[in-house]
Amino acid sequence: MARILGGITTSHIPAVGNAIAKNLQDDPYWKPFFDGYPKIHAWIKEQKPDVVINIYNDHGLGFFLDRMPTFAIGAAHEYRNEDEGWGIPELDPFPGAPELSWHIIESMVSDEFDITSCQELPVDHGFTVPMQLFWPGAPHNPDMPRAIPISANTVQHPIPTLKRALDFGKALRKAVLSYPEDIKVVVLGTGGLSHQLDGQRAGFINKEFDLYCLENIVSNPEVLTEISRLELVEKAGAQGTEFLMWMMMRGALGDDVTELTRNYHIPISNTAAGTLLLECA
Amino acid sequence: MEQPGYDYHVDIPGTTIFDGRMAMKGYALNKMCYSFNSRENREAFAADEDAYMANYRLSDAQRDAVRARDILGMIEAGGNIYYLAKLAGIFKLSVQDVGGLQTGRTTEEFQDFLNSQA
Repeated sequence: MARILGGITTSHIPAVGNAIAKNLQDDPYWKPFFDGYPKIHAWIKEQKPDVVINIYNDHGLGFFLDRMPTFAIGAAHEYRNEDEGWGIPELDPFPGAPELSWHIIESMVSDEFDITSCQELPVDHGFTVPMQLFWPGAPHNPDMPRAIPISANTVQHPIPTLKRALDFGKALRKAVLSYPEDIKVVVLGTGGLSHQLDGQRAGFINKEFDLYCLENIVSNPEVLTEISRLELVEKAGAQGTEFLMWMMMRGALGDDVTELTRNYHIPISNTAAGTLLLECA
Repeated sequence: MEQPGYDYHVDIPGTTIFDGRMAMKGYALNKMCYSFNSRENREAFAADEDAYMANYRLSDAQRDAVRARDILGMIEAGGNIYYLAKLAGIFKLSVQDVGGLQTGRTTEEFQDFLNSQA
């Protein structure tokens, strides 16, 4: 049977894609950020997941406001990274795992999660930057797992509630664990932490709230479901709502997790960057 | 149209909640910005901004805000920052430039503000 090894979270700031392309990992601005990743590289090398489920939010490449799915799951043989309009280098396509995708979609719809299935889905920096951070050289890293993208809407309100996000993850766990093949799966939650790009409040960062979220998502994620969506906007910033992706990931890990590494750094671009590696029991 | 109910009672200063109301208001502007995923379209916009905006049927307020590079004006006219970012790219504005423009700071002052929150 399939099993879930653990979950990894990271911010997916586009500037990171440029920093990687220019090899700025040891630059004084970037070093405190990139220092959060070697332990994750070692864990991945040791665990060698077969499939990565990458939970991210599209930023206007795969979806537009004409049709905006609340939850979309990729079911493609490959996922193309395309031009986003402002010049981060495009990567080669990422191989998919469509049989597992369809198993997940079947299981989740049975569990009353109404999914948009995508046999074509261009993936943006929200998907590719974490892949590059965890599998340097992606998609050409020799250990690159096959990928399943899951995108949740944080572009347009109403966005999902934090409870729904956590419940989504729980249903995703059930789906993966019922897959008959012996494969190892890792789940990514990308985006966040606090940041706001738009309005007179642009540049807002909230360290105290981020640390509260980082602490509770490990051992007490249920308490975070008490945060309302607008409270999340208020405390994490308008784009800090990407924390929903972390909640989805956390739900997929089950109750018993061990925190293996954590990093938190302000600022990368406009963002408080957070990274966590959680291993399942 | 009145704001819908539920979670919409909170006023967060300096923050526009991009909901259905704003999505309706900003559709033409956001659709134009979404088209900038294509290099060909970016070049067509740069060659003749007014003709390109007319083609996407932007409102007068939207056209004025784009002409003036007025980010807050674009947001007020329904622009969503994820799509506006593609327009900012054409104008060669970084995320910190955009932050400065919206908060009345130079880019350096905006960067200092970010750093001060560490």
